[in-house]
Amino acid sequence: MAVISEETIDYVSILAKLELSPEEKEQAGRDMGRLLEYIDKLAELDTGNVEPLSHVLPLENVFREDVVTNGDESSMILDNAPEQRDNMFSVPRTF
Amino acid sequence: MDLLSLTAVELGTAIQQGQTTAREAIEAVLKQIDKTEEILHCYISIDRKKALEEAEGVQRKIEAGELSGPLAGVPAAVKDNLCTEGMLTTCASRMLGNFVPGYSAEAVLNLKRAGAVLVGKTNMDEFAMGSTTETSAFGPTRNPRDPERVPGGSSGGSAAAVAAGECFFALGSDTGGSIRQPAAYCGVVGIKPTYGTVSRYGLVAYGSSLDQVGPLGRTVEDCAVVLEAIATHDRKDSTSLAREDTDFSSALEENVKGMRIGIPRDYFGPGLNGEVKSAVLAAAKRLAAEGAWVEEFDLGLTEYAVPAYYTIASAEASSNLERFDGVKYGYRAEGGGSLHEMYKKTRSQGFGPEVKRRIMLGSFVLSAGYYDAYYRKALRVKAMIRRAFDEAFARYDCILGPVTPDTAPRLGESLADPLKMYLGDIYTIAANLAGLPAISLPCGKNGAGLPIGLQLTGDCFQEKKLIRAAYTYEQAVKKGGQTGDEGI
Repeated sequence: MAVISEETIDYVSILAKLELSPEEKEQAGRDMGRLLEYIDKLAELDTGNVEPLSHVLPLENVFREDVVTNGDESSMILDNAPEQRDNMFSVPRTF
Repeated sequence: MDLLSLTAVELGTAIQQGQTTAREAIEAVLKQIDKTEEILHCYISIDRKKALEEAEGVQRKIEAGELSGPLAGVPAAVKDNLCTEGMLTTCASRMLGNFVPGYSAEAVLNLKRAGAVLVGKTNMDEFAMGSTTETSAFGPTRNPRDPERVPGGSSGGSAAAVAAGECFFALGSDTGGSIRQPAAYCGVVGIKPTYGTVSRYGLVAYGSSLDQVGPLGRTVEDCAVVLEAIATHDRKDSTSLAREDTDFSSALEENVKGMRIGIPRDYFGPGLNGEVKSAVLAAAKRLAAEGAWVEEFDLGLTEYAVPAYYTIASAEASSNLERFDGVKYGYRAEGGGSLHEMYKKTRSQGFGPEVKRRIMLGSFVLSAGYYDAYYRKALRVKAMIRRAFDEAFARYDCILGPVTPDTAPRLGESLADPLKMYLGDIYTIAANLAGLPAISLPCGKNGAGLPIGLQLTGDCFQEKKLIRAAYTYEQAVKKGGQTGDEGI
């Protein structure tokens, strides 16, 4: 079974913004190895002449006039924030 | 009158005719909840006071002649990943354990416009990731047909609530089978509509190109009527379709004469349980007896749907779930540190193992160096799968098969082996990849009395054919008793 290296798991957890415990890392390496091995099944198919399909139905950009249709919802939105100050989201220092 | 024995439409009719009231209906449901909810745990939250108030309000409107539809006054449940204004919406995650949205999902608003009374929010797999409702941060739901077994997932709470009489119908969401599979395990009906038919506004996103909201109910009629109520064009969802053929209840006729039904041979291979196989084939025979033209064919690519799906769904999930960072809503980890440390701690503590597993896989398949080999490859396979269905629908009106390879597993059996659990989605996933509508309905029971599901899949926009075939089958079973292996 393909085992994903610890370096790869560390790199992916940076992308995923997750902090994994040593046990979780080991489990993640095993799980991902097994899943990727299974996903590799897709390589059996020759897709050389097939365009990737993102959406099954034709999608067009939806445009509208830039007009406000809802009221001032800031307090309703901020009420769900873990921390707020002066009508703003409050976060820990960024440096 | 035993209200709980009625279907949603029968109840709605009885309320319109003054034989009962919205208040009596919600009281009957709350009484049933008192009896069974402690064991089954279908709901994450129930707001009795609000439900009773809503019922009173709806009743006044009915009496004033302002509400006359078939769902007015009918108690409904909503999956906890659909936003409900002023009411907890957790996605069964610690991450959103305290989230009270300031607005409602469009599908929920449509139900309210139809006069349905919201009982509560149903349990589910965390962020809809799972097939058993066991990944819920608030504990599993049990299957009303056998409490030792799972109800399926991820809309397991919705399916179980319908089966247990803890509501008259429910909304679920279906990304890879999450309406149809629990419907099959719990012996109820569920519809995943054509992608874009029901607005996703206010549905907490998992795999945006695959997610669809749909109904779960006791009968085909109930599901058709609910789907008709929730299918509207919505400018707030850029993938919402402006369909003019959403009068789904008009398709409730017993007539499959000349309907061409294809049975994919690939669906009946070694992975399929024998009892499920014979019940599904008996259902095909019954439709043939009703005048449908049924034949076997080779669909192809079946074994590639699951790996393509888990690549695409995980990729979209890793992107969609980036928004949960402890800033705007939900959980924030304690313990100081910089902004970046707060993000990581919050996400690591807030998400459960299955969600983390999919975010990790999704981040990997989208990462530089692997994007083409995995993510774009999966999108190419998706195109091939879509083409295989196009060819099939050039010959058939609908495709008939099982919903699941087996009946409901016991609690605790599935989570140990994620890959095995994912393989259980083999028959449902292709409809999501190809954007197709599909319906799941009961077609009998196995020797142990567990429900077996029949799946009918149609081409895009062909819900009416599915509803007509499903309704014909359901009525034929009701009238004709058993023909073979269907022990309904």
